[in-house]
Amino acid sequence: MAKARTLNQPSRASNTILNVIAAVFSIACVFPFLFVIIISFTNEKALSRDGYRIIPKEWSLEAYRYIFKTGDQLLRSFGITVLITVVGALLSLVLISHFAYAISRSSFRYRNFFSFIAIFTMLFNGGMVPSYIINTRMLHLKDTLWALILPLAVNAFYIMIMRTFYRTTVPDAIVEAGKIDGAGELRVFYSVVLPISLPGLATIGLFSTLGYWNDWFNALLYIDNPNLVPLQALLMRIENSMQFLVTNSALSGSGQGMALLSTLPQDSARMAMVVLATVPIVLAYPFFQRFFISGLTVGAVKG
Amino acid sequence: MKGFANMLKNISRNKWFLLMVLPATIWFLLFSYLPMVGTIIAFKSYRYSRDGFWASLFHSDWVGFKNFKFLFATHDAYIITRNTLLYNLAFIILGLICSVAMAVVLSEIVNKKLAKVYQTGMFLPHFLSWVIIGYFAFAFLSEDKGVLNQILTGVGLHPISWYSDKTYWPVILIVMNVWKELGYTSVMYLAAIVGIDRSYYEAAMIDGASKWQQFKNITLPAISPLIITLTLLNVGRIFYSDFGLFFQLPRDSGALYAVTNTIDTYVYRGLTATGEIGMSTAAGLYQSLVGFVLVMAANLIVRKIDKDSSLF
Repeated sequence: MAKARTLNQPSRASNTILNVIAAVFSIACVFPFLFVIIISFTNEKALSRDGYRIIPKEWSLEAYRYIFKTGDQLLRSFGITVLITVVGALLSLVLISHFAYAISRSSFRYRNFFSFIAIFTMLFNGGMVPSYIINTRMLHLKDTLWALILPLAVNAFYIMIMRTFYRTTVPDAIVEAGKIDGAGELRVFYSVVLPISLPGLATIGLFSTLGYWNDWFNALLYIDNPNLVPLQALLMRIENSMQFLVTNSALSGSGQGMALLSTLPQDSARMAMVVLATVPIVLAYPFFQRFFISGLTVGAVKG
Repeated sequence: MKGFANMLKNISRNKWFLLMVLPATIWFLLFSYLPMVGTIIAFKSYRYSRDGFWASLFHSDWVGFKNFKFLFATHDAYIITRNTLLYNLAFIILGLICSVAMAVVLSEIVNKKLAKVYQTGMFLPHFLSWVIIGYFAFAFLSEDKGVLNQILTGVGLHPISWYSDKTYWPVILIVMNVWKELGYTSVMYLAAIVGIDRSYYEAAMIDGASKWQQFKNITLPAISPLIITLTLLNVGRIFYSDFGLFFQLPRDSGALYAVTNTIDTYVYRGLTATGEIGMSTAAGLYQSLVGFVLVMAANLIVRKIDKDSSLF
């Protein structure tokens, strides 16, 4: 058996080709990030003279020095992002874990009705405009942190993953045993079900952590106050202002254009901000990847 | 009366479960179902009222299908539908071919540790936002500093104004989307390939089957339920586009709208820039309704093929 398996291996030459294909694409996926790191460590003068270089002629720490010296806005945005990520991920874990557990139990009489409430939102939605009008005019979320937290808190897809997880990993017998011991439905959930559901909760928690960290869309719609702009949206705003100057090149020579330009971080500093927004993800990455793959398999099994 | 008493009894018997579903149900009502009610704006001439959302809704006049008529009378309606459909079609077909191919490549590599390293690299773009990737792309596409223009001028060609020349954007958008998601989708196919019983391959090899024959007759049939399921679910989403891809990557450049405007970016611009509330809502409802029909149809087909893979 073992011998047959080695026999079925690709030849040395084709194995090399396979390795090259996978390695080249893998590098193509990581390289842009490395490149942005390099740019962030390039001397600003060298950048405006030579453009973005893979091996710069002059290195510099100036960008990072600049950011940490004048980085009030950046620090504030970083704080906002951390805050909404932590609060948002916890909130969505609470909402999703409870809802999904109830609809996973066959003893819950209305489980089909509530499953339908969740599933239907995957099939049909009111669209951006009615959501925007309701969130701003009725719920008054404009320019509040809740505008960055609430719209992402629940997601029917995560509920379905979690429901499947409960169904496949929480045996009925455990729940029944808990009840015979006199514990109520809630007690059983908190002291028996949740502890054995940690892998599922971790998966959902990571999904939503990533969702909050990377979100710029809600800030685009709902946040005007510069004190409430999260990191990704800050980067987006800087990018838009740059583009505005480029497309209105008549402006860039004028006093107004110069004034706008002077408020924007220089090339290397902008790239340094991109690096700072990405590094936490890259550091948490090995951890993420493991749970993502297990999350995919959880999602693939349907209960 | 007896029915009512029964209902009360049932509710009280399920009270803890009901308490558990309550918070998320309120969320669904506020953030999913109210906006669905709000789509009646599409049939009204929407006017802001100072007395809040409901007052604006009730006081706006009914205009029937006028918003839809205006929408479909514009050239935009055709452009955004065409762009959304064609890009998604390209993503589905190219994404499928590339991710199955990459999964086969990864599964065949002899050194499994190395294959894992490659896979880890490929997964990275999936975790990054389009804003970040927009900056990545800018390092290559910037008109005065970008790598591509350095190369072009290096070999004696004219530099290209990437952000105002729409010729290349269909290719850029397709390549970038496949680049971002390939690592993620190929992992799903890889898991399916690894799960195939090895003895099939051994038997085939003893019979003298080539690698290609093995792929065609063993691998492909074994993973085809997954291929069909994922593809049909993507077809069900063909009327929706990734807002970030079409908004952030081209830096919202007006010169590129003809090839970067999709239904989602159109609705956004209608809401924020042009203030066409009624027509934007109509475009959104058009998307949701066609999307609904497509998802239902796709799901029905998936159910026929493989009941376990269907959405519901």
